[in-house]
Amino acid sequence: MSEIASESSPKKRRLGFKIQLEPRLSEPPRWYPFVISLGAIIIALIIGGIILAAVGGDPFRTYAHIGRAAFGSAGVFSDTIVKATPLILVSLAASVAFRMGLWNIGAEGQFFLGAFGASAVVLTPLLPVDTPRWIFIPVMMLAGILAGALWGFIPGLLKARYNVNEIITTLMMNYIAVSWNNFFIFAVWSERGFQMSPVFPKNAWLPRLTDYAASIPLFRGLTTHFGLILALGAAVVVWFVTYRSRWGYEIRLIGDNPRAAKYAGLNIKRNIILVMMFSGALAGLAGMSEITGVVHRLQGAISPGYGFTGIIIAWLAKLNPFAIVLVSVLFGALILAGREIQPSGIPKMIQGIILVSLIASDFLLRYRVRLVRTAEEA
Amino acid sequence: MTQTEHHPEAKDHEIVVEMRGIVKRFPGVVANDHVDFNLRRGEIHALLGENGAGKSTLMNVLAGLYQQEAGTIRVNSRLVEFSSPKDAIDAGIGMVHQHFMLVPSQTVTENILLGLDKPRFRLLLNQYDKVIAELGERFGLQIDPRAKVWQLSVGEQQRVEIIKMLYRGAQVLIMDEPTAVLAPQEIEGLFNTLRSMTAEGKSIIFISHKLQEVMEISDRVTVLRKGKVTAAGLLTKEITRQELAHQMVGREVIFHLDKQDKQPGEVVLAVENLHAENDKGLPALRGVSLNVRAGEIVGLAGVAGNGQRELAQVLTGLRDCTQGKVLLKGESINNRPARLGIRMGLAHIPEDRTHVGSAPNLSVTDNVIMKKYRKPPIARGWMLDIPAATQFAEELKQAYDIIVPSVETPVRLLSGGNLQRVILAREISSEPVVMIAMQPTRGLDVGAIEGVHRLLLAQRQADSAILLVSEELEELLSLSDRIYVIYEGRIMGEVKVTSEKSEDKIIEMLGLMMTGTPLEQIDGAANHV
Repeated sequence: MSEIASESSPKKRRLGFKIQLEPRLSEPPRWYPFVISLGAIIIALIIGGIILAAVGGDPFRTYAHIGRAAFGSAGVFSDTIVKATPLILVSLAASVAFRMGLWNIGAEGQFFLGAFGASAVVLTPLLPVDTPRWIFIPVMMLAGILAGALWGFIPGLLKARYNVNEIITTLMMNYIAVSWNNFFIFAVWSERGFQMSPVFPKNAWLPRLTDYAASIPLFRGLTTHFGLILALGAAVVVWFVTYRSRWGYEIRLIGDNPRAAKYAGLNIKRNIILVMMFSGALAGLAGMSEITGVVHRLQGAISPGYGFTGIIIAWLAKLNPFAIVLVSVLFGALILAGREIQPSGIPKMIQGIILVSLIASDFLLRYRVRLVRTAEEA
Repeated sequence: MTQTEHHPEAKDHEIVVEMRGIVKRFPGVVANDHVDFNLRRGEIHALLGENGAGKSTLMNVLAGLYQQEAGTIRVNSRLVEFSSPKDAIDAGIGMVHQHFMLVPSQTVTENILLGLDKPRFRLLLNQYDKVIAELGERFGLQIDPRAKVWQLSVGEQQRVEIIKMLYRGAQVLIMDEPTAVLAPQEIEGLFNTLRSMTAEGKSIIFISHKLQEVMEISDRVTVLRKGKVTAAGLLTKEITRQELAHQMVGREVIFHLDKQDKQPGEVVLAVENLHAENDKGLPALRGVSLNVRAGEIVGLAGVAGNGQRELAQVLTGLRDCTQGKVLLKGESINNRPARLGIRMGLAHIPEDRTHVGSAPNLSVTDNVIMKKYRKPPIARGWMLDIPAATQFAEELKQAYDIIVPSVETPVRLLSGGNLQRVILAREISSEPVVMIAMQPTRGLDVGAIEGVHRLLLAQRQADSAILLVSEELEELLSLSDRIYVIYEGRIMGEVKVTSEKSEDKIIEMLGLMMTGTPLEQIDGAANHV
């Protein structure tokens, strides 16, 4: 930092150029963030490749394998989508809260509660076992959404009423949610002493592509389920609410400048509660979708940390609902392909490198790099 | 006036900073086009120019915040290259920015020590509190080192910034429009401080667009216009105000406003015996009563920090009062949600444009619909009518001369004058019954101020009741029909502004009231009420 006197750096002077970083004073064009993100991913893959080569692996074959394992055929791509489905929903959940500056890191707990709520419909049972699917599914959705929303409402209320830090409450409530579920699978709904509930009746399952294999043979073995439609629908709804509704405007205004929002006469407390409930509802829907679309029973290991991955995805997607869909698919692919190569290690590492490069690339959106001629003394 | 920087006296004065051929471009503009500038030891050198003339840019280059694209800087004859403000401060150059760079939740001492190598680990703040208080004392900068920054008035925060630079050993202090945020008395205090600093051999660069101050405080003046030097290092005592104005704007400036005679209507805003507390829980308003009638501009004069901010906040529903009443068209609006006032036609131009008046990352459109999005045509049921909002923003952009590439541009990229126009456009377009205007021209350049004044007078013509809170006496005198003076949360008195009275007499009375003399105790005041 002590290059004050030019005499101390004669080399630099002779070069005649220096690299200079400047804060951007105008918005970059719209395509710019996409190109930068793509570039970041490519650079991450190159770095990962070098490391792979260094430990004696063949980067090209590895990447080809990852590609095949995630996108290689309709079957594996369908599996990628199955992984991406809950990710889309929890990331949307995180994004709506983050948009208003609420740090809801409780999507995981809200996910579990959503799964619980949906299960309760079958297992209590609230509806008889032979209820037709078109009633079963909407009721389970509603139950999942309500349970998730409740799990968001509690920290929301505490924040609005007593200014309790939502980071702490949402985090803590994750553990409560997991334990709550455990209580039910161990004690109440346990199937013959196993720590899981009985399998749901088929009419409480979300329809899957493979269910239609009889009429469309192409769908045989594809596990992509109706949850994808819910997730994509939710993305559209979140986009619409955020950018086209009065409520979304309030959320954006509060998120950007709470003091200006107060000055404009907005009710911030009410919005804290509503947004936390909206966020919880989306995560709850993710739980419902996962339990009725994939697992088909309530059990302990229903989430490999979807709620936390969702936080990362929401940030990487810059809270944009459609970017969330894309990033979720990418993460779904990495989760899936990772298991193919190695249970841990390399795939996690590649995930990490991609993450770091994407976050680092953000710098280029805020700063511009210039090559500057250092003027010679006249 | 064709003096150059090679003034005969230059030989007697050591040059501490010399900038030569500085070029700095921003997208679309050349902010500095081969600018030369030099500073002598122990002088106050004013850098004069309109907003956007490139003054701040040039000084940001000197302070290491920006890097020049061409040109050289020498400090004490040594060629330097700053890549960060730290480099600049190591070379003894410190800048006090227009927008203070302080941490509100920390104390004065903590703010000053922030970023320094010492103290290393244990803070021992008490010890430093003393050092800092003494340093302040030496230059006439009274400050409580233990006070939290958020509790301080703007003037006090400025003192913290100055002490921060002095503590870091600045020999050259750049003050970016320091008086823009100060009251007349505070300005006098600042000037004394600046003089005591030059007496100790420090040099000061004083950025301003106010001619009067430049004439009063500076030894030399450099004038910038559109990125170019139009007058370099002239001796202040050898130049007149008119000549400087001409150099600055490139045309003759008219210091005159066209205020028409108008009979005010009935009382629209009435404040009765209002009491309120400030953020520290101390009484800020102690029984304020005043009224504003339709079609008149009522000024509220006073030194900053005498309750103006709290009064505006109570009036606009952003702060609860502890006693008293605020009546808008006869209906009580105190201690009610801000929304009620907005619905009843209360407009508010806040003191703090960036932190209160706007949402920086949202677009111009989103910022202008802030108070309109609940009702048609912007609202369509629970949805927003985006085309209607965009059209509304486009109309305001046209009508209020908001210079911005598109209404989708985030307002953080707007200049101060443009941002103020966005806020004014929003508030005035609501056709307010009452308008609370807090320091509406603070920090704006001559042209922009004129525009704001015109808009306010047009509002008066449109029968709005306007409460104008300002610390600029000239502004109050030229706009107001009546002026109240507030001191320590009480109204000291009220003066009618009519053409028969001499301005000097009114200013004298206002000055006395601003320093705590009630109107009744002023001799001969009766004739003026």
